[in-house]
Amino acid sequence: MEVQQFHYDNKIVTKFIYATIIFGVVGMAVGLLLAFMFIFPNLTDGISWLSFGRLRPLHTNAIIFAFVGNAMFAGIYYSLQRLLKARMASDLLSNINFWGWQLIIAAAAITLPLGMTTSKEYAELEWPIDIAIALVWVVFGVNMIWTILKRRQRHLYVAIWFYIATFITVAVLHIFNSLELPVSAMKSYSVYAGVQDALVQWWYGHNAVAFFLTTPFLGLMYYFVPKAANRPVYSYRLSIVHFWSLIFIYIWAGPHHLLYTALPEWAQNLGVAFSIMLLMPSWGGMINGLLTLRGAWDKVRTDPVLKFMVVAITGYGMATFEGPALSLKNVNAIAHFTDWIIAHVHVGALAWNGFMAFGIIYYLIPRLFKTKLYSLGLANLHFWIGTLGIIIYALPMYVAGFTQASMWKQFNPDGTLVYGNFLETVSEIMPMYWMRAIGGTLYIAGMLVLVYNVIATIRNGSKVTDELAEAPALKNVSKRRVAGEGWHTWLERKPIKLTIFATVAILIGGIVQIIPTIMVKSNIPTISSVKPYTPLELEGRDIYIREGCVGCHSQMIRPFRSEVERYGEYSKAGEFVYDHPFLWGSKRTGPDLHRIGGKYSDNWHLNHMYDPQSTSSGSIMPAYQWLVRNELDKSQTEAKMKVMVKLGVPYTEGEIANAQQMMLDQGTQIEKNLYTDPDFAETYEADKSAGGSEFIEMRNREIVALIAYLQRLGTDIKVKDLETTQN
Amino acid sequence: MLKFVKNHMDSIAGIEIFPIISLLIFFLFFVVLFWWVFTAKKDYIATVSNLPLDNQNQSEL
Repeated sequence: MEVQQFHYDNKIVTKFIYATIIFGVVGMAVGLLLAFMFIFPNLTDGISWLSFGRLRPLHTNAIIFAFVGNAMFAGIYYSLQRLLKARMASDLLSNINFWGWQLIIAAAAITLPLGMTTSKEYAELEWPIDIAIALVWVVFGVNMIWTILKRRQRHLYVAIWFYIATFITVAVLHIFNSLELPVSAMKSYSVYAGVQDALVQWWYGHNAVAFFLTTPFLGLMYYFVPKAANRPVYSYRLSIVHFWSLIFIYIWAGPHHLLYTALPEWAQNLGVAFSIMLLMPSWGGMINGLLTLRGAWDKVRTDPVLKFMVVAITGYGMATFEGPALSLKNVNAIAHFTDWIIAHVHVGALAWNGFMAFGIIYYLIPRLFKTKLYSLGLANLHFWIGTLGIIIYALPMYVAGFTQASMWKQFNPDGTLVYGNFLETVSEIMPMYWMRAIGGTLYIAGMLVLVYNVIATIRNGSKVTDELAEAPALKNVSKRRVAGEGWHTWLERKPIKLTIFATVAILIGGIVQIIPTIMVKSNIPTISSVKPYTPLELEGRDIYIREGCVGCHSQMIRPFRSEVERYGEYSKAGEFVYDHPFLWGSKRTGPDLHRIGGKYSDNWHLNHMYDPQSTSSGSIMPAYQWLVRNELDKSQTEAKMKVMVKLGVPYTEGEIANAQQMMLDQGTQIEKNLYTDPDFAETYEADKSAGGSEFIEMRNREIVALIAYLQRLGTDIKVKDLETTQN
Repeated sequence: MLKFVKNHMDSIAGIEIFPIISLLIFFLFFVVLFWWVFTAKKDYIATVSNLPLDNQNQSEL
């Protein structure tokens, strides 16, 4: 048998590890800043690009795609080469993958604080970046599959199946969720509206968690836990069941993010049923990971790598128990929109992804630099303050979630709300926000300990950029050898067919959910009184999107007595038919806004945006003073309306031609309304006379568009009209 | 309460068959999966599960 010599590419792995560490620090630092903004809402007062709404997507994207994404690539590039006994097929593609991904992250770090966002959670990046993501992702996939075809190891270990499923599913999800029509270079509208957009978004959002944060890390678990424990996985049979049932079931569960919303009931129930089933494969995987350590638990006492991995897998088990629980409708009625969800995702991110990434880093760095870890003591210190950080982060958020939900739903005997003022429910949980910030501080402190330990280790070591290995080349499979082979074994040495089967498995769930919803588009009861937004309201909506208001405010009143009492008539599917994209939101740090229209005066909104604490004492909303000063950019309005027409919004040609005048008229009316406040009239007139020729009239400022939009929200239907439409 | 969203699917012809097809796909998927797993040969399972460990890493400490 001819033995071939070749080199593993360690250089690419090292690069991805550096990126993981750098973006880990950055992403966590932004998260910590956000945590402190709950306590000091005007921490970044007046700086639009450091406002909460714009930084929140930066934090989530940095953690998911930069920190976890780079860790995933590092782990895959290391383990794939060794499992296949082959160098990556193309160094060029590896490097395009690396540099392309970092460029995308840089683009995100610039565009998100500037307010360029689609507002769809975890898919906020605008269309040119979406295209770049698709291209880089394909480069990664091609490189991986090419390497698989050049392998020297016949059978594909289960970790590689997880990598393949990750590649395919993320590609499918990303492409379908990002379908949007561009207005300009950095602005686009989702092709889906309202209910459809929500369904596609959460089919994506849920499965981004599944196939970006879970499946690749499960693959890494199946490689690195056996390596670190130096024994094979507990049950390879279980891992086969784990893989296929996980990818098959996961894809159906998305609608559990939309329980009690205007999404059709059948889709909600389908999502619930599959979410509950999901417990089985998830825990199968967790058990498989933990039991791999059978007979080796003594090593967990001494080896920080295993410590991190054990807590990571435990965190995975907790989060995947909580997930099905949260998707039960009665539990969801409590948890949804509260801080419980924040606790849930952080158990996943901090424990499962974070600790798994740290374990892998501590495992790889000494091997990539041919030395020992600089300090085991520091690694242990990192482990303990990290674990403590997770606990101090998560527990207060659970308490906060239950407190919010209980207070939101509390009634007096006479049928009025006990806490009718939303702010009471916010000030009650301020201590929890403090504790959360402390937990986050501990976690990032642990991360900095890792940085120091890694740098010190690298200084002591010498780089092994190309690691020599040898293995016999694969021989052609003879007929005699495959005689009597089960089709299981057959499939495992056929990467392309395995890829196709995995694709089929993930597509079934998607097709069953998405196609009927798209098909029934005409069946979503159109409510005749629901009309498209006026040009000024459309511009106001885009400001709402730009400022990330959706990060703290929902626009979805669930059909509960407590919500109808607090906010007004519950939301109907037919009310969102012109919403490209939908803005239902997923968190209520502030109150729901779907029926905000007409609730307050235009002056109230202006004062509230300028200084939220002046109208709502104790509010933790940051000020949006630039909206009050800035001139509204009306240059794109016609283009935006034309795109909307292409998407099926019935603007007439006359309306488009007349857009500027319509905006001016509506703006002038709002300006007139504002004059009813003598304080406003006085200060505004003073500004006007001091302003000279540069002065921007109120009717042309951004705030007026935003007020127009907010005053429109939820006003299309009146309860008495509804009685007639349903007949 | 759900009067606005309840009857969406009524107008699709032959909609009744959808749940049955879904159930069949689901059931068959797991039947095949378990059949696959239980008929796998022991020595093969042992070989494959040892794949991560049989790489002689040159810089192994």
